[in-house]
Amino acid sequence: MSAVITSDEHSHDRPRGITRWLYATNHKDIGLMYLLFGLTMFLVGGLLAMLIRMELFQPGMHIMQPELYNQIITVHGLVMVFAALMPVTAGLANYMIPIMIGAPDMALPRLNNWGFWLLPPAAILLVMPWVLELFGIGGGTIDTGWTMYAPLSVQSGMGMDFALFAVFLLGVSSTMASINIIVTIFNMRAPGMTMLRVPLFAWSWLITALLLIAVFPALIAGAVMLLTDRHFGTHFFNAAGGGDPILWEHLFWFFGHPEVYILLLPTAGILPHIFSTFARKPIFGYKAQVYSFCVTGFLSIIVWAHHMFTSGMPASANIYFMFSTMAISVPVAVMFFCWIATIWRGSMTFETPMLFALGYVVLFGIGGLTGLVLSDAVADQQYHNSYFLVAHFHFALFGGPVMGVIAAAYYYLPKITGRMYSERLGKWHFWLTIIGFNVTFLPQFFLGIAGMPRRIPDYALQFSNLNMLSSIGAFVLGASQLLFVINVIKTSIGHGAKADAQVWDGASGLEFTLSSPPPYHSFAKADGNR
Amino acid sequence: MGDVQRGYYTPDQSPYPIILAASLFLMALGAVLEVNGHDVGSWFLLAGGASLIFVLFGWFGKVIGESRRGLYFAKEDRSFRMGMAWLIASEVVFFASLFGVLFYERNIAVPWLASLDPNYTPWLHFTSAWPTFGPAGKPFVAMKPWGIPALNTAILLSSGATVTWAHWGLRKNKPLWTKVGLFLTVALGIIFLFMQVHEFHDAYTHLGLTLKSGVYGATFFILTGFHGLHVTFGVIMLTVVFSRALKGHFTADNHFAFEAVSWYWHFVDIVWLLLFVFVYWL
Repeated sequence: MSAVITSDEHSHDRPRGITRWLYATNHKDIGLMYLLFGLTMFLVGGLLAMLIRMELFQPGMHIMQPELYNQIITVHGLVMVFAALMPVTAGLANYMIPIMIGAPDMALPRLNNWGFWLLPPAAILLVMPWVLELFGIGGGTIDTGWTMYAPLSVQSGMGMDFALFAVFLLGVSSTMASINIIVTIFNMRAPGMTMLRVPLFAWSWLITALLLIAVFPALIAGAVMLLTDRHFGTHFFNAAGGGDPILWEHLFWFFGHPEVYILLLPTAGILPHIFSTFARKPIFGYKAQVYSFCVTGFLSIIVWAHHMFTSGMPASANIYFMFSTMAISVPVAVMFFCWIATIWRGSMTFETPMLFALGYVVLFGIGGLTGLVLSDAVADQQYHNSYFLVAHFHFALFGGPVMGVIAAAYYYLPKITGRMYSERLGKWHFWLTIIGFNVTFLPQFFLGIAGMPRRIPDYALQFSNLNMLSSIGAFVLGASQLLFVINVIKTSIGHGAKADAQVWDGASGLEFTLSSPPPYHSFAKADGNR
Repeated sequence: MGDVQRGYYTPDQSPYPIILAASLFLMALGAVLEVNGHDVGSWFLLAGGASLIFVLFGWFGKVIGESRRGLYFAKEDRSFRMGMAWLIASEVVFFASLFGVLFYERNIAVPWLASLDPNYTPWLHFTSAWPTFGPAGKPFVAMKPWGIPALNTAILLSSGATVTWAHWGLRKNKPLWTKVGLFLTVALGIIFLFMQVHEFHDAYTHLGLTLKSGVYGATFFILTGFHGLHVTFGVIMLTVVFSRALKGHFTADNHFAFEAVSWYWHFVDIVWLLLFVFVYWL
């Protein structure tokens, strides 16, 4: 199959000025906006994390009151999940999927733009209550933790309403992006690209998008009911009228558990590409990985209540959710073995994307195995809501998806900008990240087992040393991300050697048949646009 | 495979998506301020709503214009169809969640509350019956299935038939069937909505059944209310399609908008059948 590289068409010159971005319909422009927005919010969420670790540096109250602390941990979680990670994976999808499958653009370009521009308003709604508080309106932003458990969320202040409406906007945005990605993959593939030739990244996003459509509406429904409970006197989550606060937990986790896989799968899809490139071997077990994406996606929908082992469910429910959760480790292990088999006996080199991808396997491995520990309904009585859990999901979400999107960013940065990034800065970034990360989160496993609860601004004296260590690690981790920002900026403004179309010797795929940076309109037939 | 050779229509820059996002932002902001007792919120709601209507006219007008100019072929048509199908899929999950809430409250939460020590039940003599009265045992009259709701079922089912008849008209080149069929569908939809409003009014004024009437009232109004909202969307879309049919926009093999709306209408129809069985009847 030969790829057609067309130059910009006369009738579709690259638009100029600010409206290029505001009114964008080009998948590469929209993809870039997603990526930049995600990176910005990653720094915002990271700043909040630094504030959390500053407060926890020593026991006692230091830089903030508990009310503000609660708001900061909540917004940190919401921002990192919804405004940083999801937009970055969606940005990669927008930029890469059309050029991976040989499509001229996303299937529904205007819808694509709408999906993106719903995100900044949602982010504004999350932080706006802090601004309003300065003018004496309301008591700050959402403070319930990102899980918004009833009845706390029913009683909480005006910031909760802002967050609920942010959830509505995020839901519409995700649904539109998902519809677009599904339609693009089903309808826009180049001739000859059958479903079992679609690159794994596109496959993983197909499953992700299906998951989003299958679960996000449940959160929207729950958020509507929470809103009516708060302001219109309904009793969905209130036992005084026959309702049940546990119902909120079911609705939230029916969305919230698959959400973990929504964050994870796109990066699990990018990993085999990176391993294959830097091990100079074809991807091992393409079909096995496709099937494990499907099975993981399906299982993730039916295991939600393992987040609720201590909520007082019947023993039979606990047992069901325990075993079904453990079953997820089977398809995930298939992915792990395929990744290892791909690099097995390859002629490996260790450029920055490869380092982050290998870091992903180790850190997410720890995240996954500690998840297996937590899924034991009996043992969970001990771990639940402790710092063990905090450490676990940071290994699962930073160790997996964040490492994965950073690997993907380095991998595709030369393709997107046409310049090689600084390998030296990249290696510094990797080693400081992996050291900082482990120093931050490994101690938290021990803190959790020793009994330190999560979501508190102060702690007992015996936890002091490990907390200080964790905070120091966090500062290293936070500061080292600035190296990444510097690297991205330097590459984008034209530092570094010019990248050719192939970029990496071992790379394969349609995206590497296009020049770096790719033409504004790729894979478009000459008469296709008019 | 002619469409593959031809390429794909990729639209020019468009101002509508970002204006739509901004109008939803204004409406969200307005709603938050409004429910928290800040009257300035209604101005935001008004501004957001007005720009929303502007966008709907502009965006759909643009797409209809492109369709009329013959810019869409089989591949574009397939994208639209798939897009609509997956949008309806997400709506299916939304309503499935609401039904899930109904089943959870009715079959798990209420029996569990009733099984507690009498000192801990929500109110004295709380029993596991459905409808649950309350809160605090305050009585109300539950909805009866065999009055207006049964009539509404007949109305919506007939409207499903009339929209299918209109579709046959398109397929068999009988424009009159299409126009009359669509007119009847819109009329039946409006009658349904009037009956629904009447029923809600009756519930509030005579039956004592409100949003605040415990989980029965809450689940009743959230399910029927959201269904009614979707019927309203459906009627608006049907009206647009009806006016386009009057102008002769649709042909036997090019009528995506018509089909999308009829899919939506059948979806709303099926949700009502489930509502009738599980909310009103059983």
